[in-house]
Amino acid sequence: MAEMATKMETAPETPPRVVEVNNLVKRFNGITAVDDITFEVKQGDIFAFLGPNGAGKSTSIKIMTTVLRPTSGAVAVNGYDVISQEREVRESIGVVFQEHTLDDYLTAFENLYYHCALYKVPRRERKERVNEMLNNIGLYDRRNHILKTFSGGMKRRIEIVRGLLHYPSILILDEPTTGLDAQTRFFLWNYIERVNRDYKVTIFLTSHNLEEIEKVSRHTAIIDNGKILANGTNKEIMDKTGANSLEKAFLEITGYSLRN
Amino acid sequence: MEAVFIMLQRQVKLFFRSKPRILGSIAQPTLFLLALGLGFGPVFEQTGQVDYVQYLTPGIVGMSLLFGSMMNGMSLIWDKKFGFLKETLVAPASRISLLIGRCLGGAFTSMFQGIVVLTLSALIMGYSLGHPGVIPLFIIIMLMVAMLFSLLGTIIASRVDDFEAFPTVMNFLIMPMFFLSGAIFPIANLPPSVIAVTQINPMTYGVNLLRDTMNLEWSTSNITDAAVLLGIIALLLIIGSRVFKTIET
Repeated sequence: MAEMATKMETAPETPPRVVEVNNLVKRFNGITAVDDITFEVKQGDIFAFLGPNGAGKSTSIKIMTTVLRPTSGAVAVNGYDVISQEREVRESIGVVFQEHTLDDYLTAFENLYYHCALYKVPRRERKERVNEMLNNIGLYDRRNHILKTFSGGMKRRIEIVRGLLHYPSILILDEPTTGLDAQTRFFLWNYIERVNRDYKVTIFLTSHNLEEIEKVSRHTAIIDNGKILANGTNKEIMDKTGANSLEKAFLEITGYSLRN
Repeated sequence: MEAVFIMLQRQVKLFFRSKPRILGSIAQPTLFLLALGLGFGPVFEQTGQVDYVQYLTPGIVGMSLLFGSMMNGMSLIWDKKFGFLKETLVAPASRISLLIGRCLGGAFTSMFQGIVVLTLSALIMGYSLGHPGVIPLFIIIMLMVAMLFSLLGTIIASRVDDFEAFPTVMNFLIMPMFFLSGAIFPIANLPPSVIAVTQINPMTYGVNLLRDTMNLEWSTSNITDAAVLLGIIALLLIIGSRVFKTIET
């Protein structure tokens, strides 16, 4: 009995699920954008959510981040229900949307400081936290410049650190590197991996750059026409299709035809 | 509560960082003040009525509040289009605090316009405030009027996504509200059917309260004016909080 107890104590714990999506459906005016999908993301993972344009990725992310309400199904983030515990969900996540969501007419410092205030980061920590983050991405010297004068890559760096300002346990990134140059992409992927490794932040991301995703992510789900077509480790997905890269596996699963 | 302050601060900062916005928002009421004051003033005074500048100035202050606050809704469409709204909607701040902050910010900037118009009228047209002691009350009334129209503009904007459609919708509402409020001419002698329209126009109560306060001409009807304005603000807050709860980007 004592031996069994010791075994139980030493048995590796399954990491808790940070995201749990069960039978999620979202319809817009009769069109089903997300069609009964179920998946989960474990704590500490780097989880890639892939799909062609219009597959249902951004809609799913909007539901996970409480921007949209599901038609049916259940979504829990950090154990909180996205409908009945919206505020708790929002407090515990960092989000970088596909499109630009900074205020171009505020300075870099103001954009980040206002975020701290909206997310209730203690007042005494805010200035230091913002400056530290700007320093991490090499933009401390530009902190008092209006964002209108920044390049797309600089704005993206700010958006990513903004998502981390309030110490979220999961960072949701919707196509974080679209339209960025190779140097910025290299910097961002390294930064994302560092955040995951050093600060134990779970990463949930979408991207069309599958070569980069293959290097960064540990688990992947592939969605198309609103349905999950594959879900597992990158190796499992590649083995299943006999492909030698994630991109090939993706094309085998979702098909080669163009999408409207 | 802090979200209210942050949104307010942001709206005010954006306004004062845009020189064309400041100039445009002051130029329009100033033009109305000069054109109407100089053009219609002598005609108005020939009829034996009161000094037209004393009559007109509160109306143009009200106009600044109406135009400036209603157009504050434009910033919501801008934020929907360019993403900043999404950043605020995923924040753990309550939607009602975001709405109040945005609207207070819009109200404060239009109050600034109203104060500039009042100052210009005093300097150029010789307008004199009934008594300096009414300034605190005048500011409170300006805030009530500005908040009402800021809420109305923002609620309408929450349901409009088109940059070009919004000013058209606004003009369709603003112009009748302005002309049928007694801001630039008395409404007492209008046909009964038009008077009925003025009675359902919130601007009528705002202009009345502003004018009677600025010119020290209070009467018991001012209690009704204040009650109507506060009632509409409360109603718009209820509608706005519901609209903001379900707003999707």
